[in-house]
Amino acid sequence: MRKTCLDTVYELAKKNKKVLFIGSDLGPGVLDNFKKKIPDRFLMEGVAEQAIVGMAAGLAMQKFRPYVNTIATFITRRCFEQVVVDLCLHNLPVTLIGNGGGMVYAPLGPTHQAIEDISIMRTLPNMTIISPCDANEMRKLVLQTPKIKGPIYIRIARGGEKIITKKYKINIGKAIFLKKMTNYNFVTTGVTAQIALNAAKKIKDKFNIDVGVIHFSTVKPLDEVVLKKLISKSKKIITIEENITDGGFGSSILEFSSKLNSKIKKADIKNFGLPSSFSKKYGTQDELLKFYDLHDDFLCKKMYSLIK
Amino acid sequence: MSRDFYKQSKKTKLDNRSKYLRKLVLECLFGGDRGHMGSAMSLIEILRVLYDKVLKFDPQNPLNSKRDRLILSKGHGCLALYAILSDKGFFKKKKLRTSSRFNSILGGHPEFDKVPGVEASTGALGHGSPIGLGIALGGKLEKKNFHTYVIVGDGEINEGSFWEASMIASKHKLSNYHIIIDYNKIQSYGKTQEVLPLEPLQKKLEAFGYKVNQVNGHDVEKLANYFKKLNKIKKPTALICHTIKGKGFAFAEQNPFWHHKNSFTTEEKIKLIESLSN
Repeated sequence: MRKTCLDTVYELAKKNKKVLFIGSDLGPGVLDNFKKKIPDRFLMEGVAEQAIVGMAAGLAMQKFRPYVNTIATFITRRCFEQVVVDLCLHNLPVTLIGNGGGMVYAPLGPTHQAIEDISIMRTLPNMTIISPCDANEMRKLVLQTPKIKGPIYIRIARGGEKIITKKYKINIGKAIFLKKMTNYNFVTTGVTAQIALNAAKKIKDKFNIDVGVIHFSTVKPLDEVVLKKLISKSKKIITIEENITDGGFGSSILEFSSKLNSKIKKADIKNFGLPSSFSKKYGTQDELLKFYDLHDDFLCKKMYSLIK
Repeated sequence: MSRDFYKQSKKTKLDNRSKYLRKLVLECLFGGDRGHMGSAMSLIEILRVLYDKVLKFDPQNPLNSKRDRLILSKGHGCLALYAILSDKGFFKKKKLRTSSRFNSILGGHPEFDKVPGVEASTGALGHGSPIGLGIALGGKLEKKNFHTYVIVGDGEINEGSFWEASMIASKHKLSNYHIIIDYNKIQSYGKTQEVLPLEPLQKKLEAFGYKVNQVNGHDVEKLANYFKKLNKIKKPTALICHTIKGKGFAFAEQNPFWHHKNSFTTEEKIKLIESLSN
């Protein structure tokens, strides 16, 4: 997914002379072709996220479209004030690409585990947040980023995910129905769409109940049309995210629901995600997701208990 | 050397234009009944020389792509910027009296989308130099001729982001990127020498890749001479301007209690006005 994202930025740069890449001391060999073919617009700077985000703002003021890339925790936590003031306040078209959203960097510990990036970024006015579930969706969304006028945060997951979005029309700000909406639905963002599809299959196999899977690749702005339909026409919704539930994707759905007229609200909404704590464990991403109950067996059980 | 500059800047007499611009700052201070008085007064001559002699700009078309860019990174000094921008015709002088009021375009820190001539919204310290760096780099990539000037405060360069931006500017050999340090030696709490010493400042800046000069920041001739020679330098430049916080008002000079004022007594207002009379 990460490779697809960066390759797509290169694709954009080949077509548009204003597209520019800024890395913060990434691994060797990243986007070598970009560097070779368009060296002026390939910038590899040091470990200086504050200056890099400010610099990207200045470049955007000169009508460039910078794509800034480093590890998700560093691009959201270290330079948060630069993201707020330089990018969001000035509403500049700078795209931040965060590697390792969620528990991807499980063995590297809490400094590298991006557990709250969705929460903190979604509080910012003018920010768009994209969290795709596979490489196909990533590519299609990145290709659309030049249409967005303000700052964007792209959350990259582990990579190598099964392609599940091939047959869908993918647009920034639009949700997709990976499994038809029913009275009972999983609502996902990022790679949790994959977990939800597996959980939905298990419910069907075990209990012969159809459960919908509705995936939001854009956390902000939410697809309010789809959400309104979901909340007014279905009975049970489980939101799933690889982010702490405090202030995250699920919270944004509850916030939206609270604004709806109570006469049309039908669905009971439950949020599932990471707990509000720093991980005490290492291991792999899958081990941590299992430890925090973000896996198909648990979600299958939870959904069934809500339906019963 | 620092002491000599301090003595010179303390002694420098203000001419009529410098006093006039300070009167415009008083309009803001009295209009809003608040503001960073000391921080604005140390800046007047730096801004005056830049706008009178150095910068290319068009008040009728503030976003003209050929303009030189100036970012007041120490955004709390904005009353001095408002004074010179109004004097140059970016907006009407009568707006100065609305400063900090509910519907004013002139806040306690400058905002790019409200005040014509303001390049970037500043106020949170340490942001202007990275933004200016990006603008200068963008100009270089597109082979544009404009220059980018960033005015930072001495307390402001406690921020690591300033030094990060310095390293990057030096790496890219940005000869169109100019830092100006308003070195009035007082930050919010007290003396920079006590809060966080900057010395040896010239050596530090040089080590970060700048061509560094020092000047009495109230001497308009010396400032103008310095800026005339900038075109010949092939790397980022830094000018340490030795200034006096609250310059022009004896009772407020180098007095941390005049860094920011929330209100003015009638007595204080009279003293401020009298200080500028000939």
